[in-house]
Amino acid sequence: MSDATTTKATGGLLGWVDARFPLTKMWNEHIAEYYAPKNFNFWYYFGSLALIVLVNQLLTGIWLTMNYNPSAEGAFASVEYIMRDVEWGWLIRYMHSTGASAFFVVVYLHMFRALMYGSYQKPRELIWIFGMIIYLLLMAEAFMGYLLPWGQMSFWGAQVIISLFGAIPGVGEQLALWIRGDYNISGVTLNRFFALHVVALPLALVGLVVFHILALHEVGSNNPDGVDIKKNKDASGKPKDGIPFHPYYTVKDTFGLGVFLIFFAAVVFFAPEMGGLFLEPPNFEPANPLQTPEHIAPVWYFTAFYSVLRAVPDKFGGVVLMGLAIFMLFLLPWIDRGKVRSIRYRGLGHKIALGLFAAAFVILSYLGLKAPSDIIVGLTVTLWAQIWTAVYFGFFVFLYVYTAFGFERTKPVPERVTD
Amino acid sequence: MKKTALALLLLLASGVAFGAGGYADLMKARVDVSDEASLQRGAALFTNLCISCHSAKYVRWNALPDALGVSMEMVEDNLIYGSYQEGNMMRAAMREADAERWFGAAAPDLSLTARSRGADWVYTYLNSFYRDPDASSGWNNTLLVNSSMPHVMWTLQGVPEAKFEEVGDEIQVAGIRVPEQQAGMLSEEEFHQATRDITNFMAFLAEPVRAKRQEIGVWVIGFLVIFTFLAYLLKREYWRDIH
Repeated sequence: MSDATTTKATGGLLGWVDARFPLTKMWNEHIAEYYAPKNFNFWYYFGSLALIVLVNQLLTGIWLTMNYNPSAEGAFASVEYIMRDVEWGWLIRYMHSTGASAFFVVVYLHMFRALMYGSYQKPRELIWIFGMIIYLLLMAEAFMGYLLPWGQMSFWGAQVIISLFGAIPGVGEQLALWIRGDYNISGVTLNRFFALHVVALPLALVGLVVFHILALHEVGSNNPDGVDIKKNKDASGKPKDGIPFHPYYTVKDTFGLGVFLIFFAAVVFFAPEMGGLFLEPPNFEPANPLQTPEHIAPVWYFTAFYSVLRAVPDKFGGVVLMGLAIFMLFLLPWIDRGKVRSIRYRGLGHKIALGLFAAAFVILSYLGLKAPSDIIVGLTVTLWAQIWTAVYFGFFVFLYVYTAFGFERTKPVPERVTD
Repeated sequence: MKKTALALLLLLASGVAFGAGGYADLMKARVDVSDEASLQRGAALFTNLCISCHSAKYVRWNALPDALGVSMEMVEDNLIYGSYQEGNMMRAAMREADAERWFGAAAPDLSLTARSRGADWVYTYLNSFYRDPDASSGWNNTLLVNSSMPHVMWTLQGVPEAKFEEVGDEIQVAGIRVPEQQAGMLSEEEFHQATRDITNFMAFLAEPVRAKRQEIGVWVIGFLVIFTFLAYLLKREYWRDIH
């Protein structure tokens, strides 16, 4: 250890490790000497929160697995066993079920942040693509996890979603059969969903989160002004508007985590069902293949896409449009030809369009919880869904035309960050 | 941006409002699972009346003492009819095969009914029986029409009759009333209380930890508020030199 040329550290255990593994190097690169813009605002909490919710899901998931029984005969009873007989099982289960919804809350806000400040634009296209793949996997993870309690909504929700694959011409029915592994949702389906939910998808998710962060640290974080802080460096090569992630953002995110946990605990301890949104009442009845529930609705985080699906009278057309609703987001970095990132300096048209897009998402989510024939302000839910589906897709069309043909009138972007 | 954030949070919170719903015109059960006296009365009624046919198969008898504030001996002596072994579940006395022969279907398990249907639904259901000479059991229910369950609490409530109402050409059941000469042991007020106690007990069955989680929740959130405040002070201290 006395050989100072092989290691920067002075010695001790850390020096011993550093000579064999880039521990200090990685710590510095990604935390202590990662320079983040100093002007992060409210919207920048949700990235680190998503990471913490992921850890929550992994840990509570591991403990749930210890007592869960992945069989059609035993699944429902084992969940009740966890809720009643396993020490603190109820808390672990509520943290997991609330965590699932919380995951989507923070991910949606995180994605909206990227839309507002142009965090998907060059050079961050790959960060956005990795993020979108994470989002897709998260949807698959949530969908498969929802089958595991083997309640009525688990069963019938899965039935509806898997039957969508059946709408694909030609191979559809074979594909649905292949996914289910049976002619109906059964214990076979439950077993494979369990395997994917607890092993395959979490592995892929964690891997992609690593890619997402590595890509981010390669190009550096964006900020609410959308200015490139690497353009202004001091004599030592540090960005003038950058501050080390640790300790500045670690303490700030700790505060953000505290606020988040207050909301999270309020749901876990006082409203774990969240009025039927997080845990749907019919799911407290065991799955019964012979009895269809009156009203089958997916959990709230899927209802926007469910609305798009129902807006099209033709089933296959609906499936295609629903797929497109997600796929368009992948293309966003190339649809948006604007040179200015942040909404603060973009044209009025873009501000209005983004507002309408966000409204469309929220309204479609709401509509997806209602029956198609329900009447809202004189129009059926289906008609409203069609209107807002048009707004949703209209955003992408508008954004391309607005930015590619030079209609956007932007404001000058400052050289340095503003607050 | 702060305003947008606030609006978004409010929107999320409003989710609670539209997530609820379902049945219209339900009576309000106003359950309180921390009310031990009500749970004790509800348990007595449940084990006397309900469990002959309905099981609560996910619930162990030994979950009762804590919630009811009584000893296990008292539960064994007063609530469990028949033999008891440590760890037994709340099983119905009626066998499923018999139930199917007598009523056409096994009586549903009541472990989770207060969660799947909702406490208000249970409370309303218990208050919606009426005499129906055309029904095979002699009873019908305004909430769950043609329910095969007989009115097992008729000695308490009396014998309710249907109130009819003409809707177009049809005559429909609009409600129930108990004629004076068919009154039961309890007044209307007392019967409401009795059914509320049963509902309360069923809310406990559906989620035994409900009272406890709310109790713990207050402490957890109290801790988090202090933690967050200290985290805020720490953040402010560190950020003092950032301009």
